[in-house]
Amino acid sequence: MSKRHTGLAALGACLLACSIGLSAEPIGDPAQGQAAAAICASCHQADGSGMNIPGAESWPRLAGLDASYLAKQIRDFKSGQRSSPTMQAFAQMLSDEQIPHVAAWFASLPAPSLPSAEAHAPALLERGRQLATEGDWDNYLVPCSSCHGPDNLGAGAVFPAIAGQHPAYIRDQLLNWQKGSRQNDPQQLMATVAARMSADDIQAVAAWLSTQPGATEQKPE
Amino acid sequence: MLDFRLPAPRLRHALLAVLASLLAGQVSLAQAELSEESARILASMAPGAPAPIAGELVHIPPTLEDLEASSLHPELKRVIRRGHDIFTNTQQYRGKYVYNELNCDSCHLGAGRVPFSGPVWPAAVTLPDYRPKNDHVNNLEERIAGCFSYSMNGQPPAYGSDEMLALSNYIQWLARGVPMYPDAKLYGRGYPRLAYAAEQPDYQRGEQVYQNQCAVCHGNDGAGLATRGETVFPPLWGDGSYNWGAGISRVFTLASFVKHNMPLGQPNTLSDQQAWDVAYYVDAQERPQDPRYTGDVEQTRERYGDTFHKHSLYGLEVQGRRLGDHDNVGEKDFLKPEALRSRSFD
Repeated sequence: MSKRHTGLAALGACLLACSIGLSAEPIGDPAQGQAAAAICASCHQADGSGMNIPGAESWPRLAGLDASYLAKQIRDFKSGQRSSPTMQAFAQMLSDEQIPHVAAWFASLPAPSLPSAEAHAPALLERGRQLATEGDWDNYLVPCSSCHGPDNLGAGAVFPAIAGQHPAYIRDQLLNWQKGSRQNDPQQLMATVAARMSADDIQAVAAWLSTQPGATEQKPE
Repeated sequence: MLDFRLPAPRLRHALLAVLASLLAGQVSLAQAELSEESARILASMAPGAPAPIAGELVHIPPTLEDLEASSLHPELKRVIRRGHDIFTNTQQYRGKYVYNELNCDSCHLGAGRVPFSGPVWPAAVTLPDYRPKNDHVNNLEERIAGCFSYSMNGQPPAYGSDEMLALSNYIQWLARGVPMYPDAKLYGRGYPRLAYAAEQPDYQRGEQVYQNQCAVCHGNDGAGLATRGETVFPPLWGDGSYNWGAGISRVFTLASFVKHNMPLGQPNTLSDQQAWDVAYYVDAQERPQDPRYTGDVEQTRERYGDTFHKHSLYGLEVQGRRLGDHDNVGEKDFLKPEALRSRSFD
């Protein structure tokens, strides 16, 4: 097979794979999702920026996250596969048809700059930066970015953006994975990593990620 | 028709296992020789990996924090940091030295420090050495040139160049304190061969393992995942991946890499059978041509059979197609880098 033919075959395979991938997840329409998303605004805010609430259930920012990831989370809340009494109740209010539209609406919103609600010690932030970008292989902690993508701004439909997320939310989720009260990750990929993190590691990585831009356009030149 | 078959699992392995348990007393002795700190780090840096056995040399390579804290000359520190930077972001040389989507640390995890993940420090203390793959004595720079030519499907930086200096300096610094040409076996070196599994490696079973365990990151089509112009999960076959001359295109090497390192964050969780099967499946896919290609795949397989291709599926017919029977060299526009040359002291 010539190089050109291999290229065409690869392109064909890609188009096929892409269309299969899309058919698995219905494409949402942001415009149709906007009205239904009103029920989310009391916590996640109309602009999807959420709220950091240390000591209670924080409301994650949804703006700019991947639509397929968001839709899966809503469905998992609805089915109980991801557990949250609050979110289970709200997810029940959305029909299966509405879910992709609501997800598409929040995905279409620009990631907000988060207010720096918590002050963090430089050493804590440095540890967080190390974990998020280089990992700590002596403890087999792979860097967050090895799955969550460049600048931890997400990779594909499975690995969400975690940079520019509220620190209390990230912290709570990592603790949930440690406790086993969150289990909706594929192949326990997140649970295995979370299990190796110390309480200080979790504080550090949550703090550092929250100080990072939530979108590429916010990166300083 | 040529066929790929592994030898049947031999009694030797069973005997070794018995012997190993008989020697359990010595095992703990060997571990006692490790400092408490080293033993602790080792347990957490290689979860689920085999423990060191008596007489093995265990080395925990230094970290970048150790480098900063050291009294090395500031300029030397800069060179070593540069080597680390090239090692972990080899893509900065895409289209110059690298013609696929890989970085050095795609296969040498943890910046080349992790045991059972092809840690790179052994190269610094065992080279120059005779290498069957190219039938001559190789030094560290030639060994690195091999990685660029095969695993990166590319063109090595020139011998003596700044990039070569930085990379070899980083690798040698990782070996800090290890004696040259050590007699002892090096713990966690390379990708140690797995025991043969009960069943011959199988394409269909391998495909199942791939879809269940690997596809979430590397994709159903093995193309990996790139986002915002950067590779997140490297392609395992196709033009973006390593070529047919890369060490990891041998089934046993990939099986061991998978067993000890994949899925990422979950080393040593697949069975040996699963590792052999999925390695066979991945090796049964197409990839850029072996730079040693003579123009005839059967001749190439034959010529490099004993030293290499008897362990790969190159040139064999699998699932109705002969692998490697093409002249596709991937993204580059040459077959073999000039840096790959033989030498002899006859």
